Amino acid sequence: MMAHATEQSTVAAQTETPPRRRHVLDLDDFSRNEITALLDSAEAMHELLSRSIKKAPSLRGKVVLTLFLEPSTRTRVSFEQAGKMLSADVINISGSGSSAEKGESLLNTALTLQAMHADLIVIRSPHSGAPYFLARNLQRMGVVNAGDGRHAHPTQALLDLMTMRHHVGGLEGKRVVIVGDVLHSRVARSDVFGLHALGASVVLCGPPTLIPLDLLHKGEGDSLPDVSVEHDLDRAIEDADAVIALRIQQERQGAGMLPSMREYTRRWQVTEARYRRAKPGALLMHPGPMNEGVEIASSLAHGPGSQIEEQVTNGVAVRMALLYQLLTGGQEEAAE
Amino acid sequence: MAEERLILTSDEMRRALTRIAHEIVESNKGLEGLMLVGVRRRGVPLARRIADAIASFENASVPVGALDINLYRDDLTSRPQPLVRPTEMPVGIEGKAVVLVDDVLFTGRTVRSALDALMDLGRPRIVQLAVLVDRGHHEFPIRADFVGKNVPTSLDEIVEVRVTEIDGTEEVALVERVKAAPA
Repeated sequence: MMAHATEQSTVAAQTETPPRRRHVLDLDDFSRNEITALLDSAEAMHELLSRSIKKAPSLRGKVVLTLFLEPSTRTRVSFEQAGKMLSADVINISGSGSSAEKGESLLNTALTLQAMHADLIVIRSPHSGAPYFLARNLQRMGVVNAGDGRHAHPTQALLDLMTMRHHVGGLEGKRVVIVGDVLHSRVARSDVFGLHALGASVVLCGPPTLIPLDLLHKGEGDSLPDVSVEHDLDRAIEDADAVIALRIQQERQGAGMLPSMREYTRRWQVTEARYRRAKPGALLMHPGPMNEGVEIASSLAHGPGSQIEEQVTNGVAVRMALLYQLLTGGQEEAAE
Repeated sequence: MAEERLILTSDEMRRALTRIAHEIVESNKGLEGLMLVGVRRRGVPLARRIADAIASFENASVPVGALDINLYRDDLTSRPQPLVRPTEMPVGIEGKAVVLVDDVLFTGRTVRSALDALMDLGRPRIVQLAVLVDRGHHEFPIRADFVGKNVPTSLDEIVEVRVTEIDGTEEVALVERVKAAPA
């Protein structure tokens, strides 16, 4: 039986508590239950976010560092805001102006920060795998991946899942189209794992040069049956419950991976006409920053189906839920 | 299997809540500015029961809110993590006479957290506390204004309040704590 009366809380474990983890590196090791519990808790955080006094004391005395070695507005600010609303002390470090500029290695920077008794480091790095490297080498400090190279961006995926779940209810059997430069998109990769865990089917769409076929597999021989590829956006978008447009990284155009911008726009822009082929009221999402008029028509980006601003709000709520999850709770094993 | 003794039957529980409803209205001299706030989880259905009782004899409804106190606990790092649920207030608590409703008053720590959580939502005119069971062993200078039943307990016992919405039955039982449960 579940221990209940909150007043008698010294008693026992709540069976509904998800397993305790120290790091969040990608969503590929998250179960459906763990994601669901996190999104439930994010809904509660969303309520706190909408109050006039946006503060709760649950992370008082915890120190959260953000180390951003790549430019970012929404992710960095949203982690900072999330930490502060739960009363953690949040310290922001950027690549320029820190010892990284003097050539200090990432590991030595992180070990220094760990020696200052920080509880958690949120890292954004241009190098795929950097957060994994830190997680392996840090004994006392938790690591959250805020985007590593083209590899993973788990908190963006969680906020996408929260936004979709909020509007369409359960994601089981829902059709989600991810269109654009999937190859270079860490958002798309993490979205795919999260959507797969929640039972949605995913259609990847874009120029053949920008669709990584390995995304159809989770690991060695472990294929994702619900992920498919359709290069024609008109067909891909048919009956979609949600469309996620990715940012075209204009710097990739020179590398011969993109047709001309005009051709890209003509074939893969989410336009009014294409949007009408999706389910009525289908959600339109974008991780930002947007190139309006390239991957998405301006009228749609700010139209009624657009969830783009809500995504930003949900980003704070999801990160609050994640920080709460990582930084509270006693060790259950410790008692044994 | 744990030893279990019934403290309140479903009828006794209903009568206790009805009496609390009368006492709340009497002590507040009516329903003006009155609001019930249940502490999640079981305080919420109990608050609804009290509001229903008030509605039946006063012919007027009292707003019922739900307060989640988990972000305000003082033991967040010493026990398994509680699941946070949304706080829901149908009306603002500013200037209201708020009656906090919880199932059991034990150490008083939940109530302390609830007061903190409440203050972050606004400034009520007065806050009172209604509990179905006061089991003693308070660790704070906190007492209840309205009590369904005082039950002397030992620390080895657990008071389990059961409500239909969550537990499928309506009763209060005293349960012997199971020691060193195997994992």
